[in-house]
Amino acid sequence: MKYLPLLLANLKRKKIRTGLTVGSFAVALFLFGILFALRAGLRQGIDVAGSDRLMVQGTSLMNMLPLPYLARIQRIPGVAQVAHATWFGGVYQDPKNFFVQFAIDPALWRAVYPEYVIDEQEWAAFAADRQGVMVGAQLAKRYGWKVGDRIPLRPPSYLGSTMWDFNVRGIYHGRQPGADDGQFWMQYAYIQENGPSYFRGIVGFYLVRLADRDTAAGIAKTIDTEFRNSANETRTQTESAFAAGYLKQMGNIEFLVFAIGSVVFFTLLLVTGNTMAIAVRERTSELAVLKAVGYSDRFVLGLVLAESALIAVVGGAIGLWLAGRVVGLDLTRGLIPLYTPNGTMAVGAAVALGTGLVAGLLPAVSAMRLSVADALRRV
Amino acid sequence: MAIPVVYNVRSARVRWMSSVVAVVGIAGTVGVFVAMLALARGFRATLVSSGLPQNAIVLRGGSGTEMGSIMPIDAVRVIEDAPQVARVDGVPLASPEVVVIAAIPMRATGTDANVQVRGVTARVLDVRNNVKIVEGRFIHPGVAEAVIGKGARDAYAGLEVGKTVALGAGTWTIVGMFDSQGSAFDSEVWADASVLNGNYNRPANIYQSVTVRLASIDAFKAFKAAVESNPRVTVEAQREQEYYASKSLIVTTLITAVGTLIAAVMALGAVFGALNTMYSAVSERSREIAVLRAIGFGSGAIVLSFFVESLLIAIVGGVLGCVAVLPVNGITTGTINWQTFSHLAFAFRITPDLLGMGMVFALLMGAVGGLPPAIRAARANVAHALRAL
Repeated sequence: MKYLPLLLANLKRKKIRTGLTVGSFAVALFLFGILFALRAGLRQGIDVAGSDRLMVQGTSLMNMLPLPYLARIQRIPGVAQVAHATWFGGVYQDPKNFFVQFAIDPALWRAVYPEYVIDEQEWAAFAADRQGVMVGAQLAKRYGWKVGDRIPLRPPSYLGSTMWDFNVRGIYHGRQPGADDGQFWMQYAYIQENGPSYFRGIVGFYLVRLADRDTAAGIAKTIDTEFRNSANETRTQTESAFAAGYLKQMGNIEFLVFAIGSVVFFTLLLVTGNTMAIAVRERTSELAVLKAVGYSDRFVLGLVLAESALIAVVGGAIGLWLAGRVVGLDLTRGLIPLYTPNGTMAVGAAVALGTGLVAGLLPAVSAMRLSVADALRRV
Repeated sequence: MAIPVVYNVRSARVRWMSSVVAVVGIAGTVGVFVAMLALARGFRATLVSSGLPQNAIVLRGGSGTEMGSIMPIDAVRVIEDAPQVARVDGVPLASPEVVVIAAIPMRATGTDANVQVRGVTARVLDVRNNVKIVEGRFIHPGVAEAVIGKGARDAYAGLEVGKTVALGAGTWTIVGMFDSQGSAFDSEVWADASVLNGNYNRPANIYQSVTVRLASIDAFKAFKAAVESNPRVTVEAQREQEYYASKSLIVTTLITAVGTLIAAVMALGAVFGALNTMYSAVSERSREIAVLRAIGFGSGAIVLSFFVESLLIAIVGGVLGCVAVLPVNGITTGTINWQTFSHLAFAFRITPDLLGMGMVFALLMGAVGGLPPAIRAARANVAHALRAL
């Protein structure tokens, strides 16, 4: 620690260069933070989805399922609770304002998704109002909705052409980071009442909470067998398998993230290594003097490495902090929910420190190997 | 008088390590920038090329997408009767269509993709004359037969001519394959509209969209006015190209925004690298600069010389970046289109103008990274620097 002033004095000598190198680190770790958040956002569904929940769909997105299936699924042994959800593709003001809207049965939904943080009074108000909706905290923030607001949606044309009005009765929050708090839940009873006759008695899909998650595969099979050869066959999979399948449809985003990440780090390593090399080259005579007055080779090595590591950690901290701020801005309007998973900071700090040490290693070793006599001759 | 460029080339070579670092930084940035734009381009181009300039698509008013639209047979008749619709032997060139989504596993991952299945009539090939049958034959009306797009065969498992595929409640024989020249239809499966409706428990005479071939490109305005003002139907007409372009909006905007953000941040990093390189070049060469000044080169010449050196590094970096990214051109990838809920295969598309943009981007980085050090070089005190010699 007592050499800290020496370290700082060295860094202060070329303020611009130090600033630029710190800046390079900040930029790289900023990108690292953003890419990590992007990847986490894409995987969100998988990581957060319960593997103790099954999703029962028709044979495709378009095939809806009859409501009486509810009771038949509920009777299957090992099924703790069944709920249903129906996609409502309404448009809020402009088609660009896309968010997930589900028509649900409040009582069933709550039993299958106990993990959301919901005010009981708000939930009761939602359940009591046919036109009531619960909106996710992120969604409410995006459009500035508050409890009591009236939200008009234009329904998809198969549900008619007049505007449907909804009342915001509550705002729900996710319990863990990355939980989806961007949805819009309305009452199934309302779309039954207000929709056309052919929309009655059918639901989009069922969600099944299991008593024991280890039985998932067996129960999924039982459900599909139950409805085989009927007019509405089902396809049952765990919620996380569904999310994983959806992610795979989005293409190889993960590969893209890692490709970009590696390009950035390779570049960064070069930039820092180069800067450190120049810094050492310029100070050859000084380092030689240090050695001449008795400091060990190892001390010189440590000095150069510490300098590099300090730059890396300061720059990295700035970059990660900025990334955290940007991730909170809801830049993609909920399409890809960015979120910073736990541990990003730790991994980022480790990466920064590691990069700093690796980058400083070559010049540090050459400083350590410096022959005092040769170097001093040049003074 | 200007300092010869050879001087810059030589000095960049002497400090090769720093130069290489700056070049790699710029090349990486340009590469990522071009690749992301190429991705957005490819996605958009795939959808835009689905539309033909002479075609118009009619949906029920306010529905926005085919999937959310509903068109009874009477509405289809009204549209077919519009005088602006082209006719062959008195038959209007109109294609009423339905779309459904089927879950078919992807070859690459084995997990299901949402594949768009289009119910068509025999007239579809006349209306969409960019679609050609390249293998087998077209479907016969009224039977459970399907034709597949070229992209669909490559992307989804089990789609081969001669095999069968389960869609909805039925099993369909694949009798042919079509090529729509890289458009979104290539990722689709086409089948007979009324059979498909039956299989998906829908009434037989309900369609979702009508695509018409107009008598001429200019007839669109009159056609739109005619069908939209007709009191018997509530519909909206769009140019087919505009319709498909609008369906690419969300994904294209997202890719472009993410790409630009990443490229901008990387550019900042690359500029830092270039600045560092040039600043150290200036400080290492302060004696040389002083000598140059002493023998009569003006400060303007010094600024220009260092600026040119920085631009040279940027050009090399830009060219390298462009060359490195070229192999991704044509690589096919797929993603889900949020606006249609369906999976779509498309290819990276690198066009000369994208490469041009990449080069401009590189030069910009070179300029920003080179000018401040160049100015510092020119400002140095000659006498002071020479004394250090």
